[in-house]
Amino acid sequence: MFGKLSLAAIPYHNLITISAVIGSVILGLVILGLITYYRKWTYLYQEWLTSLDHKKIGIMYIILALVMLLRGFSDAILMRSQQAVAAGGHLGFLTPEHFNQIFSAHGSIMIIFMAMPFLAGLMNIVVPQQIGARDVAFPFLNSVSLWLTAAGAMLIMVSLGVGDFSKAGWSGYTPLTEKAYSPGVGVDYWIWAFQVAGIGSTLTGINFLVTILKMRAPGLTPMRLPLFVWTAFFTSVLIAWAFPVLTVDLALITLDRYLGMHFFTNDLGGNMMMYANLFWTWGHPEVYIVILPAFGVFSEVAATFSGKRLFGYRSLVYATAAITILSFCVWVHHFFTMGAGPNVNIFFGIATMLIAIPTGVKIFNWLFTMYRGRIRFTPPIYWTLGFIVTFSVGGAAGVLMAVPPADYVLHNSLFLIAHFHTMLIPGTLFGFMAGYYYWFPKAMGFRLQEDWGKRAFWCWVIGFYLAFIPLYILGFMGMPRRLQHYVNPAWHPWLLVAALGTAVIGLGLVFLVIQLVVSIRNRQILSDATGDPWDGRTLEWLTSSPPPAYNFPTIPVVADIDAFMDLKEKGIAYQRPEQYRDIEMPKNAPHGLIIGALTFLCGFALIWHIWWLAILAALGLLGTVIARAWDDDLYETIPAAEVQRLEDERYQRLAATQRNLADQQAIPEPVPEG
Amino acid sequence: MTTEATTIAAAQNAEIAHPDTLAIQTFGFWIYLMSDLIIFATLFATFAVFSRSYAGGPTGKELFDLPYLLGETLFLLCSSFTYGLVMLAVHDGKKKRVLLGLAVTFLLGLGFVSMEILEFHRLIVAGHGPDRSAFLSSFFTLVGTHGTHVTFGLIWMAVMMGQVAVKGLTSPVQSRLLRLSMFWHFLDLIWIGIFSLVYLMGVV
Repeated sequence: MFGKLSLAAIPYHNLITISAVIGSVILGLVILGLITYYRKWTYLYQEWLTSLDHKKIGIMYIILALVMLLRGFSDAILMRSQQAVAAGGHLGFLTPEHFNQIFSAHGSIMIIFMAMPFLAGLMNIVVPQQIGARDVAFPFLNSVSLWLTAAGAMLIMVSLGVGDFSKAGWSGYTPLTEKAYSPGVGVDYWIWAFQVAGIGSTLTGINFLVTILKMRAPGLTPMRLPLFVWTAFFTSVLIAWAFPVLTVDLALITLDRYLGMHFFTNDLGGNMMMYANLFWTWGHPEVYIVILPAFGVFSEVAATFSGKRLFGYRSLVYATAAITILSFCVWVHHFFTMGAGPNVNIFFGIATMLIAIPTGVKIFNWLFTMYRGRIRFTPPIYWTLGFIVTFSVGGAAGVLMAVPPADYVLHNSLFLIAHFHTMLIPGTLFGFMAGYYYWFPKAMGFRLQEDWGKRAFWCWVIGFYLAFIPLYILGFMGMPRRLQHYVNPAWHPWLLVAALGTAVIGLGLVFLVIQLVVSIRNRQILSDATGDPWDGRTLEWLTSSPPPAYNFPTIPVVADIDAFMDLKEKGIAYQRPEQYRDIEMPKNAPHGLIIGALTFLCGFALIWHIWWLAILAALGLLGTVIARAWDDDLYETIPAAEVQRLEDERYQRLAATQRNLADQQAIPEPVPEG
Repeated sequence: MTTEATTIAAAQNAEIAHPDTLAIQTFGFWIYLMSDLIIFATLFATFAVFSRSYAGGPTGKELFDLPYLLGETLFLLCSSFTYGLVMLAVHDGKKKRVLLGLAVTFLLGLGFVSMEILEFHRLIVAGHGPDRSAFLSSFFTLVGTHGTHVTFGLIWMAVMMGQVAVKGLTSPVQSRLLRLSMFWHFLDLIWIGIFSLVYLMGVV
C-alpha cells in the first residue's frame, strides 16, 4: 500500500535530525496557526498563492530563497563544527552517514533552492519593470515555475524527517548513486527534488527569454537595455540551453535506478564518466546562470550609487555574451583527472583561462564606473566593493586550477572548496544581497534599515575570509574535501579558524534577520513615497513603490540608456497623460499551485515506490493542465476610472513628499493634470 | 523633436491589449521546441557514445527490422502531411474538415505509437530489453522519449478535437492548433534523425 514507506523511515534515533524535524514542524504549525488565528487564509490564497502578478511571484521566490538560505547555512554550521572537533582521537558528534547527507544537502540547497529562486525572484520583480512591461510574457507559466521550485524544495525538506537524503554529494556522481551502492531513498529524494525544480527553472528561462525579446517598451532597443536585463537575458539563454541536459542526465540515472538500465553502471557497457560529462555540461553553465544576474545587480548598483552612467556599457554587454558562450566550452575542467589525455585537457584548460578575460573586463568596468563618481556608501555599494575584492582573489585561484597539472594536485582538496566558495558567495550571494537591499523598497514600499545592513555586510565579509582562507591553506596541506574525521593534527588549528569564520557569518545572517524585523517595525519612517528612493536611472524607479498590478498606467517611451534618468533630466518623467485607458491584466489562477502540490505528491510517491499514488498524481496533473488549456477567459479589465483613482493617490503622495524634500530636488515638479 | 512626439503618439496608440498575443505565444513555443531539441540532442549524443556498447548482447544489425520500420515511418510522415491539411482547413475556416483531418492524423499517429510499442514488446520478450546492455538502454531511451512525445501529442490532439467541436475555430483554438502543428512537425523531424542515425546506421 505505501511502497517502501513505513514508520521506520522517521529518524527517531538521530537526536540532531529529530530535533531539527520537531523544530521545523512546530515552526510550521505556529505559522499555520497564526494565519488561521488572523483569518488570513483567504487573503493569502487570493492575493498570493494563486497570483500571476510577477512582483508577488518574485517576492514569494525570494522568501523561499531566504528560508532555504537558513537551512543551507545550518548545514554549513554542522559541517564546520564537526571538522573543528573531529580531529585525532575525537570522532565529533556526526556519524559519517549523517555528515555525508549534510554536505550533499548543503550543496543541493544552496545552488538549486537558494541561488536559483533568489535570481528568479529578482528577475521577476525587476525585469518587467525595467523594460516597461506590465507582466512577463507568460504569467501563468511563471506561477507554474514558482510552484515547481517550491515542490522541489519541499521534497528536500521532507527528506529531513521521512527517510534520509543522498550521501553522494550534490553532484551525485555515478556509480555511487547507482542502486548497487545507494539502495536507499536518499538518492531518489535528490533526483526528484532536482528534476522538479530544474523543470521549473527551464520554464522560467523560456519565459524571460520571450519577455525580454518581445515585451520591451517602444524605443527600448537592445543597446539601451539596463545591464540587469542583459544579464537576465543571457542567464535565460543559458537556462534554456543547459537545463535540458540536466533533465536528461537525471532521467538516465533514474532509468538506471528504477528500470535497471545500464547508462552509468560498472557492468554491461555502462560508462560512469558519461554522467559526469553530462552533469557538468549543465553544471558549468549553471555557475554562470547564478552569477550573471548578480553581475547585473552590481552594474545597476555601481551606476546608481556613483551617480554616473555605467562605464563601457557595450563592453559589458559583449563580455556577458562572451561568458555565455565560453561557459559551454569548459566543463571538462571539473574532472581533468578523468584522464582524457593532454590534448583534451589543455583545450579545456585554455578555454577556462579565457573566461577570466571578459570577467576581468567587467571588474574594470565597475571600477571605472565608480572612479570619480560621487559614491553614496549604502549597503549595496558595500556588497559591490566586497565582491570586487573577494571575487578577484577567487578568480586568480580559478586560473591557477585551470592549469591541468596544478589541478591534478589540487583536485578534490579543500583548495577547490575554497575556490568555488570565493566565486559563488561574493559572485552570487553578495550580488543578491545588494539586489535585495536595492530593490526592497520597490517591492515592499519601504526601505531596509541601513545600519543593520552594513553590520551584516561586515560580518559576512570578515567571516568569509576567516572561514575560507584557511581552506586554501588546508588545500595546499593536502586535506581532501568531505572528511567527517581526520588524524593530521596540523590541520586542526586552521579548521578552528574556519569554524570561527562560520560563526561570524552566522552573526551576519542574524543581523540580516534583525534588519528585516527593525525595518518592518519602522516601515512608516522608512517608507518610500516617491517610488524612486535612490535617484535611480532605470525604468523600474518610474513606478510607485510598491507598483500597482499594471506597473505603468501608460507604457513609457525610451530614448536613451538609463531611460528614467533621461526622462527626469528632460523633466517629463512624471508627466500625466490626458486620460487613462482600461488595462487588461491576467486573472489569478489556482492551477499553478495545484500543479506544484500534485508534482510534490507524484515525486514523493516515486521516491517511496507508492505506484498507485504516483499514477493518480500524474493523472491529476494531466487533468489540471487540460482544464487550464480549456479556459479562454484569462483576463480581467482594470477600468480607466480605477487607474485614474490609483494614479491620483500616487501623485498626491508624490506632491506631499515633494514638499518635505524640497531641498533635495531629486524629483522634478509633476506636471498638473491636463 | 517632432519625430519623438510622433513616436510617443504611435506607441500609445499601438499599446497592446494582451501581454501574450498570438505572436508571443508562437515565439515562446519555438523557444520551448529549442530546449526540447536539446533534450533530444543529449539523448542522441548518449546513444552515439553507447552505440557499440553491446556488452555481449545483440547488435542493431541483429535486432532492427527495416521494412517494419519503413511502415512505422510512413505512418508518421503521412500524419505530418495530414496535419498540414488540417492547418489549410483552419486557414479556410472549415470546421468539419479540421475535425476530419485531426481524426485522420490522430489515427496515423496512433498507428505509429502502436507499431513502436509492438516493436519494444517483441524486443523485451526476446530478452533484448533496456536492461540487457548500455546500447539497448540508450536505444530504448532515445526512441522511447520520442514515442512519449508523440503520445503526449496524441493526447493534445484529442483535447484539440474536443475544443474545435465545442468552441469552434476561435482565435485561441487556432493558436493552439498552430502550436500543436509545430510540435507535430518537430517530432517528425526528430524521427528522421532517429531513423537515419539509429536504425539505418545500426544495420549498416
